[in-house]
Amino acid sequence: MNRPIYLDYSATTPVDPRVAKKMVPFLFDRFGNPASRSHSYGWDAEEAVELAREQVAQLVGADPKEIVWTSGATESDNLAIAGAARFHQGKGKHLITVTTEHKAVLDTMRHLEREGFTVTYLDPEPNGLLDLEKFTAAIRPDTVLASVMHVNNEIGVIQDISAIGNLCRARGILFHVDAAQSTGKVAIDLDTLPVDLMSFSAHKTYGPKGIGALFVRRRPRVRIEALMHGGGHERGMRSGTLATHQIVGMGEAFRIAHAEMAIDNERARALRDKLFAGLSALDEVYVNGDLQLRVPHNLNMSFNFVEGESLMMAMKDIAVSSGSACTSASLEPSYVLRALGRPDELAHSSIRFSVGRFTTEADVDTTVELVTRNVRKLRDLSPLWEMHQEGIDLSKVQWAAH
Amino acid sequence: MAYSDKVLDHYDNPRNVGSFDKNDPQVGTGMVGAPACGDVMKLHIKVGADGVIDEARFKTYGCGSAIASSSLVTEWLRGKTLAQALQIKNTDIAEELALPPVKIHCSVLAEDAIKAAINDYRAKQGAAPHTDESPVETLNAATAG
Repeated sequence: MNRPIYLDYSATTPVDPRVAKKMVPFLFDRFGNPASRSHSYGWDAEEAVELAREQVAQLVGADPKEIVWTSGATESDNLAIAGAARFHQGKGKHLITVTTEHKAVLDTMRHLEREGFTVTYLDPEPNGLLDLEKFTAAIRPDTVLASVMHVNNEIGVIQDISAIGNLCRARGILFHVDAAQSTGKVAIDLDTLPVDLMSFSAHKTYGPKGIGALFVRRRPRVRIEALMHGGGHERGMRSGTLATHQIVGMGEAFRIAHAEMAIDNERARALRDKLFAGLSALDEVYVNGDLQLRVPHNLNMSFNFVEGESLMMAMKDIAVSSGSACTSASLEPSYVLRALGRPDELAHSSIRFSVGRFTTEADVDTTVELVTRNVRKLRDLSPLWEMHQEGIDLSKVQWAAH
Repeated sequence: MAYSDKVLDHYDNPRNVGSFDKNDPQVGTGMVGAPACGDVMKLHIKVGADGVIDEARFKTYGCGSAIASSSLVTEWLRGKTLAQALQIKNTDIAEELALPPVKIHCSVLAEDAIKAAINDYRAKQGAAPHTDESPVETLNAATAG
């Protein structure tokens, strides 16, 4: 089978073969429960889990004791936000976040609103980044927690979490960061970063799906209420038998990310820049999100005068993500692009390309050729492109409603 | 989204793409839809002296089903009188292309484009616009005249 070229590394990455190899023994030979204290099966598994905890901690400059295993970044976001908000609700019930956050953050916030919390949702600037003055202005005496993602999943922009964290720390506000998209892409040093809680995922960094972690700072100690109750695993913050093979996979994936980050990023940047240069030869294309303060492997572009769904049809030989979710009757443009103030038409015709460790130059060349050919074809079909070529300002046209 | 083979065929090989001179009195233009809704169809018909559509051309901004619907009607319009053209219903288009329920609006838009193009042509010829209430016979007489 001739499979599409995979340019969707921001959605998920394949497990690195080195990672898969490390995981396998823990499914059969070394299958013990890390919580079993009475025999060597348990000790062996526990040792593997603790090594992985060190590997994860090392990538992000944390103490291994600050790493809590979860099922993924979604659970980490839920645990961090709901756990901290509930624990500290006696101090205040106001939370701050950004409209371009991942749904795991936004929906947790919505849920907390139903529990009586008040949430301020800040819009980013048109480049996707948060204005620190607007953030400061949103802080209230009863603000207990702010949550701002490190790297945006759609447009790849990198928020200044150091500056935001300092604003929070000065006012005694807890700061949570969703870092699912940044591990292995941006250096993270929690030893110096003013961040209290940070969410991680394995499968965006060449680890397996179904495993993640939450950093919970110990100095000064950050208290959270557990979501999962049971055997008191993970110091009571997350009960449930540890998935040793998954944890081993995440540890190895993060070890490799730590060792190879510079090479990975250099390669990704060269491929992304080649893709960008190739696609920029087309007229009326727009990059969504800041191009400089951005992870090296992400390119999110809108192709004006081409409709999103037809563009995705043309992408059948490339696996990419669309800024338009055309799963149902109504086309719903990406809420992230909308929050940047992009008009619906441009949001609809956006494509997120994300390259990775196994992308080749030939993949990029084929993609440029294919996208260019199809955008040209669709524009030849587009009455809007024709009107644009004739110099008609489409925003001034009276369209017949239907 | 799974597309029918016919939709894919029209998407891959759209028929009769293009435009005529919109100022030609023999040409009727129908432009329907809006960019914010995700579809804009432009249909051109060229009507002969005998009141028969000689040729039709289209350009469509929209999904694969919208492109296929407009491509298909350009094939169907050729050789039809205006009265016959007005009998093309969205349900015929939807059935021919096996459109799923969420894509029925594409066929409605194509039907609207036919009506709009015929009305534009009729306006150029000094005739009253067609409405859904106009009996087909009257229209026949008008186009024949």
